[in-house]
Amino acid sequence: MARMKFLCDAERCIECNGCVTACKQENEVPWGVNRRRVVTLNDGVPGERSISVACMHCSDAPCMAVCPVDCFYRTDEGVVLHDKDLCIGCGYCFYACPFGAPQFPQAGAFGLRGKMDKCTFCAGGPEKDNSKEEYAKYGSNRLAQGKLPACAEMCSTKALLGGDSDIISDIYRQRVLKRGKGSEVWGWGTAYGKPDNPQARPPQGAKS
Amino acid sequence: MKTSLGLLLAALVAAGFLSGCGEREQVVVYKQGKYQGKPDSKPWDNEPGSALYTTSKWSRGDKTGWETALRARNQSQNEYTRAE
Repeated sequence: MARMKFLCDAERCIECNGCVTACKQENEVPWGVNRRRVVTLNDGVPGERSISVACMHCSDAPCMAVCPVDCFYRTDEGVVLHDKDLCIGCGYCFYACPFGAPQFPQAGAFGLRGKMDKCTFCAGGPEKDNSKEEYAKYGSNRLAQGKLPACAEMCSTKALLGGDSDIISDIYRQRVLKRGKGSEVWGWGTAYGKPDNPQARPPQGAKS
Repeated sequence: MKTSLGLLLAALVAAGFLSGCGEREQVVVYKQGKYQGKPDSKPWDNEPGSALYTTSKWSRGDKTGWETALRARNQSQNEYTRAE
């Protein structure tokens, strides 16, 4: 299996916020934390587009590079996860992330920040798969249930595709050929483009 | 003597600070149930069907089975094949 990726088709997104709602409901995300959100580009201008944005699980993730306590890790499926037991809530990852994915719950008075929370590609965290502890900290682990992220599966227009990059790019390619326009994928170059580190090797045993 | 000791100390401190500028390689290494030191298990290593409303089926540790289940799920995002 290739690596997991998200792809948002701006030609199809109708800004219904179904993905946001699905994510909130599936993972019981607390108030003030938005793992996924819909962003409108050129709002009010003819030809405006909307896209659904969350952690893109970058190939060369800047959050991983800047974390002072090294709480991030990448799984074999290419999903970038983090260990909340190690996170100190410093916020460096928020500044590094080009998508604004890391979120910080307010942990108390005087604007204290809690531990970072972000999209897990519905893959949970370090705790035992599908355990209560994992759900409380990271939300649902749908990958371990043989499912894809709730946001992508719930998307009514299938603007948001999530899953094996080979398959979702094939789906998108087929769409673009049929409609004859809209081949640009927002954020793909930033998230999965050429890595800054040319020495970086692909994960061992991966097919593509 | 004092100057050289001071220089040596300054060099050591500078080297210490410089080490903070390094960047770790982001290569996936899975050893003894840990990804780069963080514990996690593979998604196909759990009890399939233990969660509610699970439709996908594979046996524990069967990576190919899990991949097949996920591929089928992935294809359901393609309405061109669903409609045909």
